[in-house]
Amino acid sequence: MKKSSEKWRTCLNKESVAGVVFTLPFILGFLLFMLVPMGISLYYSFCDYNILSPPVFTGLKNYTNMFHDETFFKAIGVTFYYALVSVPLRLIFALMVAMILLKTTKASGFYRAAYYLPSIIGGSVAVSILWKRMFAIDGVINKLLSVFGLEEGISWLGNTKTAIWTLIILAVWQFGSSMLVFLSSLKQIPATLYEAARVDGASSVTQFFKVTLPLLTPTIFFNLVMQMINGFLAFTQCYIITQGKPMNSTLFYTVYMYQQSFEYYNTGYGAALAWVMLAIVGLITLFLFATKRFWVYEGGV
Amino acid sequence: MKKKRLVNKIIYHVLVCGFGLVMIYPLIWMVMSSFKETNTIFATAGSLIPEKFILENYANGWKGFGNVSFAAFFKNSLFISIVATIGTVISSALAAFGFSRCHFKGRKFLFAAMLVTMMLPAQVLMIPQYLWYQKLGWVGTYIPLIIPYFFAIQGFFVYLMINFIDGIPKELDEAAKIDGCSYYSIFARIIFPLIKPALVTAGIFSFMWRWDDFLSALLYVNDSAKYPVSLALKLFCDPGSSSDYGAMFAMATLSVLPAVIIFIFFQRYLVEGIATSGLKG
Repeated sequence: MKKSSEKWRTCLNKESVAGVVFTLPFILGFLLFMLVPMGISLYYSFCDYNILSPPVFTGLKNYTNMFHDETFFKAIGVTFYYALVSVPLRLIFALMVAMILLKTTKASGFYRAAYYLPSIIGGSVAVSILWKRMFAIDGVINKLLSVFGLEEGISWLGNTKTAIWTLIILAVWQFGSSMLVFLSSLKQIPATLYEAARVDGASSVTQFFKVTLPLLTPTIFFNLVMQMINGFLAFTQCYIITQGKPMNSTLFYTVYMYQQSFEYYNTGYGAALAWVMLAIVGLITLFLFATKRFWVYEGGV
Repeated sequence: MKKKRLVNKIIYHVLVCGFGLVMIYPLIWMVMSSFKETNTIFATAGSLIPEKFILENYANGWKGFGNVSFAAFFKNSLFISIVATIGTVISSALAAFGFSRCHFKGRKFLFAAMLVTMMLPAQVLMIPQYLWYQKLGWVGTYIPLIIPYFFAIQGFFVYLMINFIDGIPKELDEAAKIDGCSYYSIFARIIFPLIKPALVTAGIFSFMWRWDDFLSALLYVNDSAKYPVSLALKLFCDPGSSSDYGAMFAMATLSVLPAVIIFIFFQRYLVEGIATSGLKG
């Protein structure tokens, strides 16, 4: 008896066994909460299914139906517009502010905190309902604009042209975490490079474009990939602030998917939508990686 | 010359300060509005300082909806966030140790799988997981909001800890091994205490993300007595509600308080977490 428990122990302490034991939580989690659900939804995406009655296999019908679904194309368009406008704007803002805050003064810590605070709480429901009230017809934005002589209130959330911009502004407002990433990589650029550039007579603008920007491209690339994915999958803001209104002009893909699955009970169609989204996100990521060698500098300092 | 530099300095600070104020103006407006009388909030939206400084909104909002007060919503949120965070931190540390210190069959494949989970956001899995949890009979309970986090499903945290453990010299392990330590006691007695900073960083982010989580609460919690704060706040926006905006702003202010407190006390960890691994705040 004693011997077998000893054997058991030495076996458990083998490197190859210990490795599996330690990573077991991840292995199980990956199987149970990723692979299995994805397998099930792949099957349902080929079925007519509405949660209440058992699924009926219909082949590719859910996927071919998308081609006749105007709202589907609308949602894709809105989501692309949102991600392609808000992410670059946010990165440009983050970089600009990081450059400004690079100059260390006694108040730097305070400024950094003020710019970063919105990112910390930006994803919360509290900020979303705040945003909704700010852009309401009697909200603070119109009140502040009336100071500049714009007396009649603009219905920001009721107009198909402006509603999406309230969501874009909310996204750009949260540039803080990208700013911190830029700040830390800006600080790693050795001062000797700038000195050499100055000796060669480069102006500060040339220095920025010839020294700073190329060395930052790996950071920009990383940020771009992660935020494009996140931008494409935004949900809470849209769900609470606009619900896709007016006239689906702010209907995000994720919200459309939610509506199809849980409000119209077209769960099979919703599962198919999820797979199409995964494919789109994957393609965007691949595309970004394919462009990498044209603009990302990886030579080191 | 000296004078010019001073002028430049003042311009710099005025601009940076001014822009900073624009940045946090919405938040200040929210906090100030929560102290205004409800019927004056939008009439006086342009001015920040309340004409009459009142606390009534907090009392009104705290009453909550139906028979459920915000005390219950906060308790629910705290429970979910804390338990899920404990699970995340422990399971991520275990998996990270396995990846960093042990060589075993399939390690490369698993590592790649983990990187994929980092790129795969929750929204993509929203419907697949819902269908699966429904089969398991988990819909309507807290299980989907808590149990998965005990299985290291957030690659970011595993990755963060792997980086940290890789930075700890292997000689420590070797010495412990010679003294008769098994892999398990090396983890428990040497590595786990040494990666405290990484544990704190992961814990902070995990807590804030769980606290803010709206989507999974929306999907899985049906009983309003079990609502977390994020979902309860949404009730203020529902068409049927009385639209007591003062109470809404008061409760919104309280709901961001934990994040702001963490921000004030753990700023260093947050900044490091973002700067080193690009975690989103």
